[in-house]
Amino acid sequence: MELDFGPDVRDFRDEVRDWLADHLVGEFAEHRGMGGPTDGAAWEVRLAWDRELSAGGWLGVGWPREYGGRGLGLLEEIVFEYEYARVNAPYRATVNALDLLGPMLLKMGSEAQKKRFLPPILGVEELWGQGFSEPGAGSDLASVRTRAERDDGGTSRSSGAESGGEWVVSGQKVWTSFGVHADWLYVLTRTDPRSVRHKGLSLLLVPTDQPGVEIRPIRNLAGQDEFAEVFLSDARTSADMVVGEVGQGWRTAMATLGIERGTTLLPQQLTFEREAEALIDLARERGALDDPMLRRRIVDAWISVRIMRTTNLRTIAELTAGRTPGAQATTAKLYASTRHQQLGQLATELAGPAGQIVGEDYALDRRQRSFLLSLAETIYGGSSEIQRNIIGEQVLGLPKEPRP
Amino acid sequence: MDLTFSEEQDELRKVVRSFLAKHSDEATVRRLAADPQGHDPVVWGRMAGELGLQGLAVPEEYGGSGFGYVDLGIVFEEAGRALLGGPYFATVALAAEALRRCADEQARHDFLPGVASGETVATLALTEDIGRWDEQGIGLTAAHDERGGWRLTGVKTYVPDGHLADLLLVAARTPSGISLLAVETTDAPGLARTPLPTLDQTRKQARIEFTDTPARLLGPEGTAWPALERTLATAAVLLSAEQVGGAAAALDAAVEYAKIREQYGRPIGSFQGIKHKCADMLMEIESARSAAYGGLWALDTGDRTEIAIAAALAQAYCSEAFTKVAADNIQVHGGIGFTWEHPAHLYFKRAKSSEALLGTPSYHRELLATRLGI
Ligand SMILES: Cc1cc2nc3c(=O)[nH]c(=O)nc-3n(C[C@H](O)[C@H](O)[C@H](O)COP(=O)(O)OP(=O)(O)OC[C@H]3O[C@@H](n4cnc5c(N)ncnc54)[C@H](O)[C@@H]3O)c2cc1C
Repeated sequence: MELDFGPDVRDFRDEVRDWLADHLVGEFAEHRGMGGPTDGAAWEVRLAWDRELSAGGWLGVGWPREYGGRGLGLLEEIVFEYEYARVNAPYRATVNALDLLGPMLLKMGSEAQKKRFLPPILGVEELWGQGFSEPGAGSDLASVRTRAERDDGGTSRSSGAESGGEWVVSGQKVWTSFGVHADWLYVLTRTDPRSVRHKGLSLLLVPTDQPGVEIRPIRNLAGQDEFAEVFLSDARTSADMVVGEVGQGWRTAMATLGIERGTTLLPQQLTFEREAEALIDLARERGALDDPMLRRRIVDAWISVRIMRTTNLRTIAELTAGRTPGAQATTAKLYASTRHQQLGQLATELAGPAGQIVGEDYALDRRQRSFLLSLAETIYGGSSEIQRNIIGEQVLGLPKEPRP
Repeated sequence: MDLTFSEEQDELRKVVRSFLAKHSDEATVRRLAADPQGHDPVVWGRMAGELGLQGLAVPEEYGGSGFGYVDLGIVFEEAGRALLGGPYFATVALAAEALRRCADEQARHDFLPGVASGETVATLALTEDIGRWDEQGIGLTAAHDERGGWRLTGVKTYVPDGHLADLLLVAARTPSGISLLAVETTDAPGLARTPLPTLDQTRKQARIEFTDTPARLLGPEGTAWPALERTLATAAVLLSAEQVGGAAAALDAAVEYAKIREQYGRPIGSFQGIKHKCADMLMEIESARSAAYGGLWALDTGDRTEIAIAAALAQAYCSEAFTKVAADNIQVHGGIGFTWEHPAHLYFKRAKSSEALLGTPSYHRELLATRLGI
């Protein structure tokens, strides 16, 4: 995976490379390639690895220095991700805060919020969960029912309540990834009880360590207690914990989803390149490379990961040049998620009957886990059907489906 | 060729479906999945006693009911729909068929009545570490002992329900070719059986080590491959019927959910993205059904070549159709379909394990190409 991003970042690249060579050793090296955006495997080791990265100053490469970041540009961030993927370092456990909440706060948060929350994210001191979806609000996120009301007589449990008063939050969230580990949640709530749909929503930051927040793990189909349901009953957070403006939560949330549907694909998709390589090794081992039909599918899998890479590079190039990314940025997720599932199907097929055997207590190997978890990739972050609607309506300008 | 079901066959389907609705409901499927043995002898006994399912297609002279493969296919389709756990596939689709096809009349008389009555759980031990279903994949050897009997030495693995079987039919290499040998597992010396935990917990497998294990040779030595090939063809068709049933259940679940789950103020089934997906699922299922039924009819009426072709076709098609439909069912369910608690994954995992049970769809395409002379 040699990729030269030019002379300007070569020193930086070498620095990353050297650091990774020195630090991705021992237990961390044993957990190469572990984890994913919804894969809780080897959680403790990965958290320790995040702390190692943090100590080395490698979390928040592109975040401003004043909040503990390195203050470098997008290009350096990308170089870092490539080097990181090249050595197959464990997937960062703090991904939710690093890739979603952090960038959202940088974009829409108040100065006080940035000061308060960004450094502990980079220090791996506070973990975050996303509380958007509800039992009745999945694809149709604008139908969230979780309510938040102001209680201006209350005393705040959270610090920095200069504006006085608190939000009292009640409702249910669901599918919160790594919810049981979260110290804080960023929650989409309805703050105007008379409002409907996109209006009257606000994005609140809510601490989980309080009586009004109950988080119960949900077991996923791979047997991991990865995501969670969150019950909020008069949960409290101080009045200044709203990100963006009160009533403008939809805009704030969409900004995060924009990030989720855009640049965060990169680190994950780079891991698919590893899987494609492993697939070729497996095929060779199983003597499948002589089979013209399998050969074709293997090459197709390789093509698809290379296309993902190039698509990402196009988007990145446009972002670095300060341009609005083109249509490929909207098709990238649909493409990657479906092709990744195909790659997993093929790998499973190549593994033959041995691929159907698991370990004690339903312990899955990397291939099995990645394949099963890939089934969620067409569901979360905007399902494939929603992606197609967005592409059709927002990119191609086709008329909307009839809505009630 | 009669391409519709008779009233009796419709009735058979109804009876089996209602039996399995009671005895292989989701709670039972999950209980057996979580149990390393994965077998409920009481239900097994009732399947044999009340419905005669184990002996349905076993000829009457060996204690069965002498029904045809189309009838048996109906049972497998319903078993697939209900994700029936336990050794039904191993005993009926593999072992009983191997006994029927082997050139050993005495063995049929000795073993088939036990299978038909539900007394004997049996399986076919064919695959080894290399994971192949062809003649070349058989490496385990059987050799003569001093007393003129046979002894098995080697390893079989991925053996469906091999951990529970009372009777193992073992494909082995002997001096002049492939032979089929029988091992009755009770107190058998030199036999070590290890259950293998499976990704699809509804279908159990085992690894079996033979060390100088005494075995009974079935039929003339070195001539068993054609019978085994035919057994695999029959099992491929019955597995296809089972896959069709599983896929149909997954579609039912998807459609039911698409009617009640609302987003944007409308049932999700009203969106073309979902409606068209469900329609495609049905198209796949009906096509798979034709592939599987074609196989069943060939088994009842076709000659050797037709059977071989229909069986490879059925496996090549039905495996992929089931996997696709089961994955689509998860997709239609969204987040809930990705949970352990929801049954959607049970069907998906069954689909994947079925794909690997008798050789992959690619392998069956290759078989088909060869058999067609392409
Ligand atoms: C592994 C995983 C992790 C997740 N992590 C988080 C998290 O951390 N935080 C969080 O808030 N959420 C999270 N989610 C939730 C995720 O965002 C939702 O599952 C997703 O938005 C779909 O919502 P739903 O599950 O309610 O399905 P539904 O919206 O009910 O969708 C069901 C089906 O209907 C289809 N559909 C819906 N509307 C339309 C339409 N208009 N046109 C065509 N088809 C349509 C969908 O595509 C889907 O196939 C996670 C989900 C998963 C699976």
